[in-house]
Amino acid sequence: MPTDLPLLLQMQGIEKSFPGVKALDKVDLDVYSCQVVALIGENGAGKSTLMNILGGVLQPDAGAIKINGKTTVIHNVSEAIKLGIGFIHQELNVLDNLTIAGNVFLGREPLRLGPLKIIDSDRIRKRTQPYLKRLSLDLSPDTPLSELSIAHQQMVEIAKALSLNASILIMDEPTSSLTLSESRRLFDVIRQLRDNGVSIIYISHRLSEVKECADRVVGLRDGVNTGSLSRDQITHDNMVKLMIGRQLEDFYISPAANAESGYFCVRNLTTSSYPDCKISFEAARGQILGFAGLVGAGRSEMARAIFGVDRPLAGSIYLAGKELQIRSPKDAVKNGIYLMPEDRRKSGLIVEMTVSENITLPNLANLTVAGLIKHNEEKDIAWAQCKKLNIKTPSSETIAENLSGGNQQKVVLAKWLAIDPKVIIFDEPTRGIDVGAKSEIYHLMRNLTDNGVVVIIISSDMEEILGVSDRIAVMHEGKITGQLERKQFNEETIMRLAVGEGVNERQSQ
Amino acid sequence: MRKEMGILIMLIVMCVVVSVVNPNFLSATNLQNNARLIGMFGIFGIGTGVVIMTGGIDLSVGSVFALFGILLTYMLTKWHWPWPLAVIVTLAGTGLLGLFHGLLVTKVKIQPFLVTLCGLLFYRGLARYIADDQSRGFGYCQGFETLQTLTTGKMLGVPMPFIFLIVIASGMWVVLHKSVYGRYLLAAGRNEEATRFSGINTTRVITSAYVICTFLAGISTILFAFYTNSIAPSSHGNFYELYGIAAAVLGGCSLRGGQGSVIGILIGTTLILVLRNLVNLLGIPSSLDFAMLGIVILIGVIIDQVLQRRKIKGSHRS
Repeated sequence: MPTDLPLLLQMQGIEKSFPGVKALDKVDLDVYSCQVVALIGENGAGKSTLMNILGGVLQPDAGAIKINGKTTVIHNVSEAIKLGIGFIHQELNVLDNLTIAGNVFLGREPLRLGPLKIIDSDRIRKRTQPYLKRLSLDLSPDTPLSELSIAHQQMVEIAKALSLNASILIMDEPTSSLTLSESRRLFDVIRQLRDNGVSIIYISHRLSEVKECADRVVGLRDGVNTGSLSRDQITHDNMVKLMIGRQLEDFYISPAANAESGYFCVRNLTTSSYPDCKISFEAARGQILGFAGLVGAGRSEMARAIFGVDRPLAGSIYLAGKELQIRSPKDAVKNGIYLMPEDRRKSGLIVEMTVSENITLPNLANLTVAGLIKHNEEKDIAWAQCKKLNIKTPSSETIAENLSGGNQQKVVLAKWLAIDPKVIIFDEPTRGIDVGAKSEIYHLMRNLTDNGVVVIIISSDMEEILGVSDRIAVMHEGKITGQLERKQFNEETIMRLAVGEGVNERQSQ
Repeated sequence: MRKEMGILIMLIVMCVVVSVVNPNFLSATNLQNNARLIGMFGIFGIGTGVVIMTGGIDLSVGSVFALFGILLTYMLTKWHWPWPLAVIVTLAGTGLLGLFHGLLVTKVKIQPFLVTLCGLLFYRGLARYIADDQSRGFGYCQGFETLQTLTTGKMLGVPMPFIFLIVIASGMWVVLHKSVYGRYLLAAGRNEEATRFSGINTTRVITSAYVICTFLAGISTILFAFYTNSIAPSSHGNFYELYGIAAAVLGGCSLRGGQGSVIGILIGTTLILVLRNLVNLLGIPSSLDFAMLGIVILIGVIIDQVLQRRKIKGSHRS
């Protein structure tokens, strides 16, 4: 333990119960000044509850919070802010109809003309500038938020927290929608903030990131402390142990047994986001084809075009040597081509409906007599899928919203498994999903390829794409810049291809 | 079910109170009269509800009553068409309007509020123009007495419109709550994108909801026309779309879509019409009619919101 640093924050014996669940049971968390503490744990481990207590959103049932040794009670969010606690949520809280300056000083705008309360645009601009500088953001305070990338919007949130004199910054999964290079820049900022006296509590599922930026790791599981790791103890294995309490065997999956090449072909596909680029590739039956690249490389657009969501400008798709006409998702589904969309809550699931209603939705027409749903059969099929995929739900009639992210994702997969898949495209399938469920999904993917299904995975997580793919295609600005066989896999090669070979790393705006 | 229970209790309490204060509420004539109105309002209320379940809205219904009411008088009394033909043309015509609304919403992607607001203005204006802003009536219904009996008569003491409502509501109950189509409709109302991503033609599903809505409004058009027997193009059916919307919302349809039930809509319609009846029976000035309606709907929606929030809290914690 770094005893040379002063203890800034102590949370001691924090307890919190919700009806039926003890979310936190005597949890301790120490934060030293000028330190990055990573809080890790599976979904439902209590990380968010703990942070919501620190941020004043929730009140603990028992326990004490000490800041600089002084016991404090944080009644609400504004008190937390006054105590110097800044909270950067996973879903950004920015208003994209305002400028950077407007966001940073929202609710605290410098005013002029007394009772008229006119916003002093000069002063607001001048006051914003130093924070942008501190984060080495080369942007005008007048830039509308809507013109910024997610990464920059996040920086604006950090700037806002800094302008509120935050000495403790909570970051909840801050890289979940950032590209690799954006994440790296965020780590630079985190380190720089730390060196300038800000303590950071960093919540993430991505262990490689934690390894990169944390000075200390604290583990939580089922609402209890599982221990902490000092800088030199932070290894992948140790962190997994903290999170799941056991060693994960075969986290990733074995290579494909056999493959039948040229089973699924896409030729000269052109999407409206990159009208000058033609995408051609072949995916083998029995293999997992990974699509690597930065966010915005056109991979999701390609997937949407193949699935018929957005009509491609040109191009053809062949399955088992036969050309397919895909004008809508309905056509794709008819041909056994399925998509696990990037945004599972928006396009993958109807979260307000039950697990069973979600699973049978694409298959419903086959479960009817004279247009009426055979409810018993529907439930049986859904329940069978729940068991097959190990979906943790009290019943098939549970509302999908109440499942964890990993289980929701498995429900999306279950939709397709019930109706004889030929090709499944997984677009960022494990985003925001805990380690255990991730591994389960990888094994399900291998299971599919072993049964003759073509699996395509799009992922911005380098570790994941290297761990599960049998072949990797790398995309950059709408083009496939390279395809690699398993023996050629190498993080650096992929990164170089992803940023456009020969070109220096581009800062994506 | 809890949603319908709340409003059902409200309805029962209201009925008990009125019948105690004024026993005339339970007289055969009054009950029949109410049943007749519930029938006419309930039929198009279900249609309105179906559109609301897709997350849309139909404001044009009242004007459709005027336009096709006028056209119906022309077909029957001026052009002397056989009444079955006139009925078919009315229903086909109203259905086509729905198709038009639906395609504007799904293909041209105009907001349902705007599409049907334009409908509300346009059809009303057209009705007034066609009729020269004069009331048109059916007179003594020579040649189409059967239709008159069918729409205004009684069977075993039960007014025909109420019987129609029972038949239609039963049919719609099966369609909405038991059939694949109903599931698709509710799914598309909840989350159109995820439904489309499941390989369902949501364009067709949503468009069809608008067709159902105006088609059922077409049936109500005929019933209303014979109920009033004379159609004043500038006032016939004015604001009726709002009764439909209010009934659907009171009955548990969420304006965000994806939620609602036929039974709920029926209870909502009944509540609104009993309320109107109550204003009469209790000697409340009839000018307060709308004000009462407004307050009751507001109370209903607030209660629902409170219950909903409690439910959400409960489910978050479990």
